[in-house]
Order: sequence, then structure tokens, then C-alpha cells
Amino acid sequence: MTTLDSKVPAGSIEDKWNNHKFSIRLVNPANKRKYSVIVIGSGLAGASAAATLSELGYHVKVFTYHDSPRRAHSISAQGGINAAKNYHNDGDSIYRLFYDTVKGGDYRSREANVYRLAEVSNNIIDQATAQGVPFAREYGGLLDNRSFGGAQVSRTFYARGQTGQQLLLGAYQALAKEIGKGSVEMVNRSELLEVVTHDGRAAGVIVRDLLNGDVTAHSAHAVVLATGGYSNVFFLSTNAMACNTTAIWRAHRKGAHFANPCYTQIHPTCIPQSDESQSKLTLMSESLRNDGRIWVPKAPGDHRPASDIPESERDYYLERIYPAFGNLVPRDVASRNAKTQVDTDHGIGPLRNGVYLDFKHAIDRLGEDTIRERYGNLFEMYERITDDNPYATPMRIYPAPHYTMGGTWVDYNLMTSVPGLYAIGEANFSDHGANRLGASALMQGLADGYFVLPYTIGDYLADYLNVDPVPTDHDVFTKAIAEVQDRTARFLATKGRRSVDWFHRELGKIMLEECGMERSREGLEKAIREIPQLKEEFESDVKVLGANESFNQSLEKVGRVADFFELAELMCRDALDREESCGGHFRVEHQTEEGEALRNDEDFTHVSAWEWNGPDEPQTKRKEELVFENVKLATRSYK
Amino acid sequence: MDVILSVWRQTGPNTEGGFVRYEANNIPDHASFLEMLDIVNEDLNDRDEEPIAFDHDCREGICGMCGVMINGQAHGPQLGTATCQLHMRKFKDGDTIRIEPWRADGFPVIRDLAVDRSAFDRIVEAGGFITVPTGSAPDANLIPVPKPAAEASMDAAACIGCGACVAACPNSAAQLFTSAKVAHLNLLPQGQAERYTRVVAMVDEMEQWFGACSNHGECEIACPKSISIDFIALMNRDYIRAKFRQGRLAGQR
Amino acid sequence: MAHTDVGKRASVKTRRKRPFIIEFYSSDVGKKWAMALSGVLLLGYLLAHLLGNLKVFLGPENVDLYAEALRDLGGELVPRQSILWLMRGGLLLAYSIHVHAALSLWWRNRKARGSVGYQTRSTYLAATYASRFMAYTGATVFLFILFHLSDLTFGGANPDFVYGDVYANIVATFERVPVVILYIVAILALGMHVWHGTWSLFQSIGVNNAKFNKWRNKLAYGVTAFIVVGNISIPLAVQFGILKL
Repeated sequence: MTTLDSKVPAGSIEDKWNNHKFSIRLVNPANKRKYSVIVIGSGLAGASAAATLSELGYHVKVFTYHDSPRRAHSISAQGGINAAKNYHNDGDSIYRLFYDTVKGGDYRSREANVYRLAEVSNNIIDQATAQGVPFAREYGGLLDNRSFGGAQVSRTFYARGQTGQQLLLGAYQALAKEIGKGSVEMVNRSELLEVVTHDGRAAGVIVRDLLNGDVTAHSAHAVVLATGGYSNVFFLSTNAMACNTTAIWRAHRKGAHFANPCYTQIHPTCIPQSDESQSKLTLMSESLRNDGRIWVPKAPGDHRPASDIPESERDYYLERIYPAFGNLVPRDVASRNAKTQVDTDHGIGPLRNGVYLDFKHAIDRLGEDTIRERYGNLFEMYERITDDNPYATPMRIYPAPHYTMGGTWVDYNLMTSVPGLYAIGEANFSDHGANRLGASALMQGLADGYFVLPYTIGDYLADYLNVDPVPTDHDVFTKAIAEVQDRTARFLATKGRRSVDWFHRELGKIMLEECGMERSREGLEKAIREIPQLKEEFESDVKVLGANESFNQSLEKVGRVADFFELAELMCRDALDREESCGGHFRVEHQTEEGEALRNDEDFTHVSAWEWNGPDEPQTKRKEELVFENVKLATRSYK
Repeated sequence: MDVILSVWRQTGPNTEGGFVRYEANNIPDHASFLEMLDIVNEDLNDRDEEPIAFDHDCREGICGMCGVMINGQAHGPQLGTATCQLHMRKFKDGDTIRIEPWRADGFPVIRDLAVDRSAFDRIVEAGGFITVPTGSAPDANLIPVPKPAAEASMDAAACIGCGACVAACPNSAAQLFTSAKVAHLNLLPQGQAERYTRVVAMVDEMEQWFGACSNHGECEIACPKSISIDFIALMNRDYIRAKFRQGRLAGQR
Repeated sequence: MAHTDVGKRASVKTRRKRPFIIEFYSSDVGKKWAMALSGVLLLGYLLAHLLGNLKVFLGPENVDLYAEALRDLGGELVPRQSILWLMRGGLLLAYSIHVHAALSLWWRNRKARGSVGYQTRSTYLAATYASRFMAYTGATVFLFILFHLSDLTFGGANPDFVYGDVYANIVATFERVPVVILYIVAILALGMHVWHGTWSLFQSIGVNNAKFNKWRNKLAYGVTAFIVVGNISIPLAVQFGILKL
């Protein structure tokens, strides 16, 4: 087992990024137009990177499977974006944001990356504000902040409940500006189906036009994957329907190591599933926990309506177990505790699959108007979906898969283990360790896209001045096109009995049960047996109607689900391999007597990056040792 | 519940379409409208009929990908709600529901209920941005923005770009979309430098694709974010001013 | 590239440079602005016309004198009737712009729906009959104006027409029941047109201020009520014998 070189520069944590920027090679402005870069995905990371690279002078080609770059799922983030501006004079600093993020990640992230993230967080706010992102303001006209996700300082910038949407529009508009000028070529409704490498370097991509089935090759000096996370492996998640792992999985199969696939985040405040036909779960902003109190009936199997359960028979379990943080414990802790309550028959609601989030006390204390002002749009959304009035009856919530900290392994330059192939945003693994803090996903996506990748990519490109990209009629491309067409034809020819969704749902059930909030050796081993069986069934019994040459949504889905099967297996093997509990990864075998996560720092203070060995052989684990020079490893405690 | 659907089916952009009747049985009333279509599609797939194509993605009312005409109403009977957030409990058992794609010359049908809304991107590309290359921004608190202005800008910026305004407009006009985009930036101090060039570029582009505004107000009602037509007046004002204004005096208030 | 042929349509930037006012008028927003301004002029005319004609209730001499004063505007300074014809010319110009803009927008809007329109009847929630039928009420008013001119200005449609005898002409024409019915229908159409137009013109010229927005509707109702009631009162007064020779 060889270790991986993260290429973290030397020097004190404060100087690393600055020194690195100075020491890496630059591309002369006049030469930048000689390079072409392909960006896959147009969310916060992809759009911001594409716009910035184009501003610098590179030729940029962007692909998205959406009908417009503005639809990317970054748009759904509600809560906010962190930055160490310290506008509230409450003692925040870059170092504190760095420290909180490392601690929140349960000491499984790379210090240097996290520090850099905290460092550029302030530039993001400046950039977004100048772009016209209408952040919330105070009466004096200056930016407002709130405390979010249990942070002890107010460092979260927000735009009503639509921060992700507004930041995405900012990045999209920056991208649109470049498209309008003709310096970015934007290709909509086209999905990456293969990453092409040549001589061990990224050479380009194969994409399928979703409207007419055309499969085409595109080459460039470098390829950037900004394709988001893989929570949809669980079928039911808060991700959008089309979110998938195909791009990063195809890259993995071409040599990009996949890091920490088992680090997934389950968001505690989602609306519980109502029945089998449900297609996705809806997230309610975490900010609700600032004023809502979470409880279940004390007695198991108590099916009375909430209003009939007297105060003395309610168990405010988070406040009871974690008196210091109460309802504001981090996401992983809140989620796991909710699962424990439901598993011990304290669940509420028609399917007994939720816990209450009660605003009665807050309404009594602050008045309904204040609550309406703070959460009005969330309450409305809840009522629209459940037909319950949360002002009168407590909300029902339950955790749902939401974000994946794992992803493509990248070095300090955000380059994957394939030279010339980069991964940014949620698609990479780098900054959140084993658990992500609230309001830091937007921060990471934009940090990578606006302020990190545009610098670091030059270091790689500098070597290839006046070297043309591999021509698209080269063997590597024609072979890849043939493979993609062959795969598509195979799906269409299977003509089985069951729909793609059926298989996806079955896979999701296995994953949620065995590789969700709680994992056990036994369960994971069972999943590792079951997934290949289901996959085999999928390959012989899936039914995809229609043709390749038309807009065919089942055909889009089947390829994505096929890749989820392979990923799911790796997730379970990674979870099985990681004999500890940390952040979003909770192994029942590794817990304290009080049921808290028990890390094993001696054996697992490392990143597990899995190397592809071909379809018939399991991946090999490679390690990147994590060195903590600044933050002292400690047991996370929120008591 | 059981409902009867009459769905527009059309195999491609250049083929003729027509309504096909489907029975959607045993639909849970807490299913969303799109989940109802999922169930119908599963059933079609089982019967070897190609599923109904419709655009959708986040299913929480923010991405703007979904949207169909439901009984002659963009996004259906519940006001201020995108199709994905409309639930079947808003219908009655036995109802007949007619589903059509958005219709506009600027939104050609791709297949069944999915349409091409790239024209909206063209409008934004024409000027719907503030030119601030990455790295050139001053400190965010350098320019205070009066709270009412920030709030109004946010009201406009809430637009999800779904196209319901065009679909609902008797003239297939995109004034609500365009004005929301214009107002979002023109109301902020940061947007002033390009205020007049922006509005002219965006309006001119818009008019290449869509009809003209007759002040019906239908767009405002159809809008899932209830964006006000006041922004249309604002856009008209800025457009007229831009036409009569001397560019070299743009730095003056 | 993934889009239907729609994405390939030419962008607007190639438009030839023309005088700015023509450039402005060639845009839809410019046409709506021109419609709003000409609409204000026409509305002003309607109000003045009605105020003048209401003088019939003050007796024959009064209204005849008013008509004579119009012809004699400018007094000895200018040739007789010249100001009146100037005003008529201005009115005709405003009207022509109003109609031209309306027709070209109406045509554009029809085309904007595309070759296959909605197959389901649209459920309108905000659009009023007045706003949806602007083109039809406008056309009705146009036809009515032709009749009205030949009836009371030039006399072709009125067998008892006597040039300059305004009061007698009014009474003569409104003693005919079909004319009264036609007149009332036309005025109701005009009322719908004016009601939407008055509210709408503020939007078109971009006058929008939360502080007075609620008055736009009230103003539209007031103006409409005045024009409808005022205009209809004259033929009804003739029919009921209040106004007679």
C-alpha cells in the first residue's frame, strides 16, 4: 500500500497558500489563449471556475446535462455561506473558521486545504456582493450575519432561504457574461459518459447529446469535473433527481482515486417519507433548530396526536443528552439520535418514521409574527408538502442523505491522480473531512472555482505550451465513443421486465439500511453480497424503452444507476474497512459507552483513496496520511 | 385517488402531437403532481409504452426545471407553487386533468411536455450580469445598500426561470422574467455602471424571441415566486430613460 | 450543440443604426410607450370633447356657441378654422400612431405563441375581459368613429344634418333608436378600452411607485365612469325627451 503525495507546500499554515501561489508556475497572459479547458458541470464550482478561467483568457468549454447552467443543484442550498469576515466583532477569524471546520470534520480533513478555504472565504463574499448577490442586510445597509449549525460566532451570510440560488445566479451570470462574449462555449443538455486519457494524462471527454443521442468527443489540455455529490445512491435523498456519480465514477475507472466514499452526511431536518412512491426528500433548513425543540413521546409506541401528549410525557432527548448544545448539536449527532428514537419505537407520524420539531415554545416566547418572519417561507413549504400547519402542530422531521464528503481524491492543487484531470466542489473529497458543517458547501464550491483552481491549473498547463490537445479523431477517442455507444445499445437491448427506478429504489433501500446513518460489519458484509446480485439482475432484467436517437429520460437514468451500483459496493467496502466511527461514518462496533462516535486515531488518521483495478477486481486502498500540525486531535464533545 | 389524464404526446420537435388519455389509479393524495406522473410512467413502462417526457429536477420548487400547463393554468391550480410542489390533494377523485407543454414560439417543444427554454439564457447573456472579473471586487461592506433596495432586489432575484410567465401570458411575452433579471441588478448600487446598457441589451434580445406586454398581469399570478409586475414598469422606465439619455452623463445621478 | 434549431436564431446586435426615435419605436417597449403617450392625448381629447358636448344640457345656444368658438380658435390672428384643423391633424397623427403600434404588436403577439397554440382553454385569473379584448374594443371604436364622423361632423349618415347647427343635429340623430343602441354599444366598448388603457399606460411608461399605485386603478375607474356615463347621458336624454328641439 503506497501513500499518496498531497503536494501540500511547506511553511506555516498561514503562509502555505501564499508561498504556493508564488512558487507555482504561471502562464503568460498572451499564452493563455493557446490552452483549452473543459469544465463538466455548471453549479457553483463549475460555473465559477469556467467564468474565471475564461476571464483569464483560457478557451473554456462547459458541459451540463441541464437545459441551462442555472439549474444545477447548488441552487437548492437554503441556509447560507460562511466567511471569516468578523463583521460582528464576535471574535471570528480565519484561524477560528479553519479550526471549527477541522473539528467539525472530526479530524479527517487536510489541514492545509481547510486553512486555504477559510482564507479565501472572505474574497468569496466580496466577489458575490459585487456581482449583485442580494445578501440580507441590516438597517444601516451593511451585511447581516447569523449563527448557523451550532457555530459559536455569527459568520453566515444569507439571502432569505435562497442563498444557494442567489450565489449560483451570481456565478451563472458571470458565466453568461463570458458566453455572451463568445469566450466560453456552453453546451447544454449534454452528459459526460466517459473520461478519456492518453499517455496517463487527461485528454478529453465523451458526451452524449441528450436531445438526439449524438455521442461526440471533445479534447482539451485539461478537464475539470465539477459534477457534485453522489447522495442519490440512496435513491431517496435531498439531491435533485438527476444528480449522479457518472462523471466522477468514469474518472475513477480511468485512474482517478476515489477518496473516503463512506463519508456521507445525513441531514437531520428533512420531511419524513410519506410512502413508497415518493421520489425525493425535502430538506428544511437547519436554521429551524435555532428555535424549534425536538422531542418524541417518552413511552414507546405512544401513538396519540402531539397535542394529547402532556409536557411531562415528552422527551426532549437532545436537550436531555447534550445540555450544552441542546438542539444545536452537529448534523451527524442530531441525525443519529433521531434514528435511535425511531428504532426504539418512539417514532411519530403516520408511518412512525419521524420526530417532532416543535415551535410552540418559541411562538409563546417570541410571538407568531416573529416566527413567521424568521421561517415563514419554510413553514409554507412544509405545509404545501404535508398539509399540516406547523404553527399549530409540531413539524415532523427525519434525517435524509444530503451531502457526500467523500469524492474524487485531489492533491493540494485540486488535481486528481490523473494528471490534467481536476475535481472541484462536492465532486472532490478535500475540505470537509468526515462531516461537513452547515453553510460551508457553498463556501467550498466557490473557493475552488473562483480562487483556487484558476491559479493551480496554470502550474500543470505551463508544461504544455504549444502542445496541441490530442485530436478527437485519435484512437483513444474513437475507441471511447464506440464503448459508449456499445454500452447504450446494451441497455436498450436488455429488454427486461423492470424499470430503472425499480432497481434504483431497491439499491437505495440496501444502502440506506446498511450504509446509512449506522453501519455494522454484519450489515456491510450483507450489502456487499447483495449489491452485486442486484446488479446482475439489473443487467439482465432492466427495461429501457425508446431509442438512443431521441430525448429518452429512461436511457439517461439507466447509465447513472449502473454507475451507482459500482459506487455503492465501494462505499460499503470503504465503510467496512474503516474500523472506527467518525463524523458521518458511524460504526456500531466503535462507540463509547454512551453511544457516541469513537475514533481510532492511531490506525485511521488517513484518507482512504481507492484505486481502480479493472471491473473484475476490487479496488486497492491507498493512503494519504493526515498530519495535524495546528489543531490538536480531541474527542468531539457537544455535551 | 383515481384521476384521468389527457396528456400531450409529441415524439420530437418537428413531429405532430396530440392528446392521449391515461388512467392514473391509486394515486396517494400526498403524492406530488410529478410523483403522480412517475407512477403513470412506471405503469406505461410495464405496458411497453414509452414514458411521458417531462422536465424536472430538484422537486423542491427552486431549480425552475419543471413546469407544465395543468387544465389551462401554468403550474396548476395552486398559486405561488411550482408543478413539483403541487400535490394531488388539490384535485378530486375522478377529476380529468389536461396536461400540455408551455406554448411559445420562443419555447419549442422538445418532446411531450419538455420544451427548450434556451432563449432565457440568451437574454441573460445579453446583459444580465455585473461585469466584475474574479478578484476585482472591493470589500463587501464598502458599499452599503439601503435595506428596502436590497429587499426589492431580492424579490426580483427570486425568479427561478421556469418560464411560467411566458406560458401564462396571452401574448407569450417574457417581460416578467426579463424585468426580474433587470431589476435584480438595476436596483443595487453595484449594478449602476451598466444599468442602462444592460436594460437595452436585455430588452432587445427578449424581443427577438417573445411577444410584447399588454399589462394583463397573468404572469404575476402564474409565477411560482409571485414576482410583481411592478418590475415590468421599472424595466420600461429604465429602457425609455436609456434611450433618451446621454451615455456620457451616466456617471451623474 | 444540444438545442433545437431555436438556439441558432440570429442575435439582435446586427441591427442597422437608424435615427434614435425610429430605433426606439421599433422596439416593443418603444411602441408601448408611443401607445401610452398617444393614448393620453386621445384620452385628453375624449374628456375635452365630452365636456364640450355636455353643454347640450345648457341649451342649444350654449353648445352652438361652443362649436363656433372651436372653429374660431385663434381669432383674427390666424385664418379661420386653422387651429381646429391643426388640432384635428394632431389628433389624427396620435390616432394613427396608436393604431399602427397596436396592430403591429397584436400581430407580433399572435405570432409569439408559435405554430401550435394551446389546445386547452386557458384559465385566466388576472387578465380581465377589458385587457384581453383591447384589440376588439379598439376595432369597434375605430368603426364607430367612422360612423360618428359622418353622422355628426360631415353629416353623410344623418339625413337631417345641418352644418353648424350642432344641437339640432344631436337631437336629430339620437331620435333614431338603432343609432342610440349602436352608440351605447360603442361607448361601452370605449369604456372597456379606456379603463384598461388608463391603468395600463402607467406600466408602459414605467410610472410605478408603491405610494400611489393603488390610485392608478381608482383613476381608471373614475375616468371610465365619467366617459361612459357622460356620453351615454346625451342619447338617453334625447330618447327620454329631456333634450328636444
